[in-house]
Amino acid sequence: MSPTPITRRDFLKLAGAATALATGACTAPPDEIVPYVRPRAIADGIAQFYATAMTMQGRALGVLVQSDMGRPTKVEGNPAHPSSLGATDVFAQASILELWDPARSRTLRHRGTPATREALVAEWRSALAGLEARGGEGLRILTGYVGSATLRAQLDGLARTYPAMQRHEWEPLHRDNSLEGARLAFGRRVDCAYRFDAADVVVAVDADPLGEGPGWVRHARDFASRRAPQSMSRLYAVESFPSITGDMADHRVALAPAALERWLAALDAALRGEASTPLPLVEAAAHDLLAHRGRSLVVAGEGLPPAAHALVHRINARLGAPGATVSYLPAVSDVACAESVAALSRDMRAGRVQALLILGGNPAYDAPADVEFGAALARVPLSVHVSLYEDETSAACAWHVPRAHYLEEWSDATAHEGTVSIVQPLVAPLHGGVSIHEAVAMLGDDAASPRDGVMRALHLEGAAWHTALRDGVVASTAPAPLALTVRDVAFDPADVADGWTVVFRPDAAVHGGEFAPNAWLQELPRPESKLVWDNAAYVSATSAARLGAKSGDLVEVARGARRVVAPLWILPGHADDAVSLPLGYGRERAGPVGSHIGFDAYPLRDGGFAWSAPCSVRKAGGAHALVTTQLHTRMEGREPAKHMTLAEALSAHSAAHAERPVESLYPDWPYDSYRWAMAIDLNACIGCNACTIACQSENNIPTVGKEEAGRGRSMHWIRVDRYDDGPTPLHQPVPCMQCEDAPCEAVCPVGATVHDSEGINVQIYNRCVGTRFCSNNCPYKVRRFNFFHYSAGLGERPVEGSNPQVTTRMRGVMEKCNYCLQRITRARLQADKEGRRIAEGEVVTACQAACPTRAISFGDLSDPASAVAQVKRSPRGYTLLEELNTRPRTTYLARVSNPNPQAANE
Amino acid sequence: MAQAFSARALLFTKLAALAIAGLLVAGAVTAYEHFDGPYRVGDAPPQPIAFSHKHHVGDDGIDCRFCHASVETSSFAGIPATQVCMTCHSQLFTDAPMLEPLRQSAARDEPLHWTRVHRLPDFAYFDHSIHVRKGVACIECHGRVDRMPLMRREAPLTMQWCLDCHRDPTPHLRDPSRVFDMTPSAAVRVATGVPHEALASRRRLTDCSTCHR
Repeated sequence: MSPTPITRRDFLKLAGAATALATGACTAPPDEIVPYVRPRAIADGIAQFYATAMTMQGRALGVLVQSDMGRPTKVEGNPAHPSSLGATDVFAQASILELWDPARSRTLRHRGTPATREALVAEWRSALAGLEARGGEGLRILTGYVGSATLRAQLDGLARTYPAMQRHEWEPLHRDNSLEGARLAFGRRVDCAYRFDAADVVVAVDADPLGEGPGWVRHARDFASRRAPQSMSRLYAVESFPSITGDMADHRVALAPAALERWLAALDAALRGEASTPLPLVEAAAHDLLAHRGRSLVVAGEGLPPAAHALVHRINARLGAPGATVSYLPAVSDVACAESVAALSRDMRAGRVQALLILGGNPAYDAPADVEFGAALARVPLSVHVSLYEDETSAACAWHVPRAHYLEEWSDATAHEGTVSIVQPLVAPLHGGVSIHEAVAMLGDDAASPRDGVMRALHLEGAAWHTALRDGVVASTAPAPLALTVRDVAFDPADVADGWTVVFRPDAAVHGGEFAPNAWLQELPRPESKLVWDNAAYVSATSAARLGAKSGDLVEVARGARRVVAPLWILPGHADDAVSLPLGYGRERAGPVGSHIGFDAYPLRDGGFAWSAPCSVRKAGGAHALVTTQLHTRMEGREPAKHMTLAEALSAHSAAHAERPVESLYPDWPYDSYRWAMAIDLNACIGCNACTIACQSENNIPTVGKEEAGRGRSMHWIRVDRYDDGPTPLHQPVPCMQCEDAPCEAVCPVGATVHDSEGINVQIYNRCVGTRFCSNNCPYKVRRFNFFHYSAGLGERPVEGSNPQVTTRMRGVMEKCNYCLQRITRARLQADKEGRRIAEGEVVTACQAACPTRAISFGDLSDPASAVAQVKRSPRGYTLLEELNTRPRTTYLARVSNPNPQAANE
Repeated sequence: MAQAFSARALLFTKLAALAIAGLLVAGAVTAYEHFDGPYRVGDAPPQPIAFSHKHHVGDDGIDCRFCHASVETSSFAGIPATQVCMTCHSQLFTDAPMLEPLRQSAARDEPLHWTRVHRLPDFAYFDHSIHVRKGVACIECHGRVDRMPLMRREAPLTMQWCLDCHRDPTPHLRDPSRVFDMTPSAAVRVATGVPHEALASRRRLTDCSTCHR
């Protein structure tokens, strides 16, 4: 049968219909407006802030979370919270992405298949009924450090019902050593709260109090408050890995872990006036500490053994530090984590565990290697894991329950110095998760609402509850500092063995591994190396030369039969004979973003050697492509980041930076209102990256992935450059300089980057055609181009979680820092409506708000009394690449160091 | 001399030329439709309830702010919640078939889905509150809603149209206390006099960053 020929008429009919369909289909669909059913007290379009707290390792950072039309979009610090004072860290900033992460678990599962909550509760209750006769023997609960009074009350309640139940605790980044050290020294486990604002002299031994652990945000603030040249403190750092604290030190010595212990012993001897082994800095530091009795402090890092911590407590007691620069408070935990998880694993293997409830955490991935937790789990008849993601532990357990994010739950938390705060939900669980409290209540028989549970545990109601809820802290709940008597504990430093030592470090971005699914953190350049999307085996240049390896070469780090192959990275300032392995990588089940990247260092880590251990290292052959966002960390004489000594800073005159008239071919811009400007104090900046992620969150900045980052296409609007060749390592945040004579403006063919009437060099996305001339002509390299539609990429926030006040950029568009134009606009509209000028401090940029050390000042330069105008008059002020005469609005203050003249010869 | 091209080939060429021209026109129409949104100026899109501003504003004299409550405080003027409608309609026209969707919304606790009439692109950030505060009356952009049985768009809402006013706002301003008045601005200005512009900087009005970010 021959096909019917299409007649002319048929053809026209079809063509007409196709055109009509095509036209119709291309038209934007009608938009809907969906109002509420019941009116709300809060007008839409106005952001609200609610106080809550984010807990890590049992200690909380108080935050204020922005809610736009009921959707959490941005995290800010809570000024009323003692651990925050208004600042945040990278983890709090990135927790918004974690909340919205589409890869989060959303299904309750039984051995991998979706199941109902009722089925779980039924099985759990019947299992418990069987255990009841023996008082609940065989029932185990595994948590992290418990900082919540509500959870403590719940667990105590369970313990009353099942007296033979046992509780276990495991934190991969536990504080076993310091808590045991306190027990040796004081007879009880205590946590330390440091007061760096009261310390004239600080000695940090393998410690990173400014960059890591409970209270670091507050520590950094307090420390920075004592770095103004007029009342400058002095910091000595002795460490194996170049930490943020070491970078900020006036004197720093890099030593391998065993040598650190000897150094500490020598310091103790010198303080007691005994002859000590001559080690660098010991005499000078001891002298300085003694000269500032009552205003000095020694801080020991978690990597030191308990006896070393006990020794540091004794040293601090002798220096009069307790009550002045350090105070002691009840410990977050009475359990030694390594022993606790080992005991649990032993019992699981012996068949003594009938029902196991794991509340958060990921022990199958991060428990000590010798414990073999994942294998032991298989022997437990009923195991339940409550977690945000379906991770390694979820896969090894019988049941997985999706956990509510901290922004979705009621709870309470404890600050680093003991103040209690309330955790309140910003949004109903997006994926039907349950909080830890709800999980315990569900499996127990507790019908109280989660909020009532918190109120009951904190003994709060009525006005007091509402006040605490609004402020984010429960007033005067910080415990009185403990008065403790220190005991003498013998400390024998470990022998310095020949050969290599492996050092385990929390990763600066993915931490212990719990943040591996977070694309913002994966793409955050690490403070020490600027590596992204990977971890590496860090060694010194000398050690690398001994191995005959260069950065990127694969090396094998082995402890007996356990071995890890990792790419090497040469890190200036690293101790010789030691290799540092960041934890948290090599995950198998961390979602599409975090799985199968980097190497897993946990297999080398066991209960006895949690932070360092002897090891062997050899070249493994082959290489791995590591991506760093800064290819060159030397200043080559151009001095983009300036540095001066305290003496120079005190004698410098403001003339050095007086606003001298600069000859320019360009006519001056006339300004008749505000002149926005920024100043960044390199003396305060510790390079923690909080600004970078805060900016990413505020300005809807996408991630690009490892491959694109390797092509230099990272999108961060504010980057933190690191220079290794100064007298100390220097960190320099670089946002757009907002030049008065901006090279970018002159070359844009379509007028997409223009100067506005307040001096901001604005980028107009809807005009931009993507020639990239502006970026080529920018001497500061702060412009970012969307080579692809990055904002629709993997691991991005869905549109509901984005900042509605900032346009999401599409492919082919240039973008850059605009001084948080949306925040300026918000303040301008408010001021305009009230018929006044914008007040000083009314506009706070996202980077400025997040900064723990207040390194960033921002404001109106047309008001000579404004903070930024005053800061810019500092004799330490300077302009980046001043010789180019771009006249930037963003300027810098030079870093100052305060070396001990006595130590100059050492 | 024989023709270089056959009649058939010529026909194809002509048809192809026509098709290209047709595609260009279709493309232009599509682009226009796409960028202009589904409705043109003057179109009144269908709504779940044929809500009449003419009746509520013109006949009953209800103030704009009774329903659009956040117009003075927020960028978004606000669309009334079902319960705001029910303030009156739990008493009035309780049986009207037209209001069935409203009653269903209240009874089932499900929101109404209105069709948006005024839409700006995502990269333009318009704020109602500042315009109202500065004396730009509702009718300057929305027209005489008191005469609209069904809501329709009066203004093109193009950038050119916005800029016409931003470049020379004075003729469009009135005493801020009279912005909700449906009288045309010229008449109001005769009655109350020309208001002061109250702008920090008129230059600011045409900065790109005033509306785009």
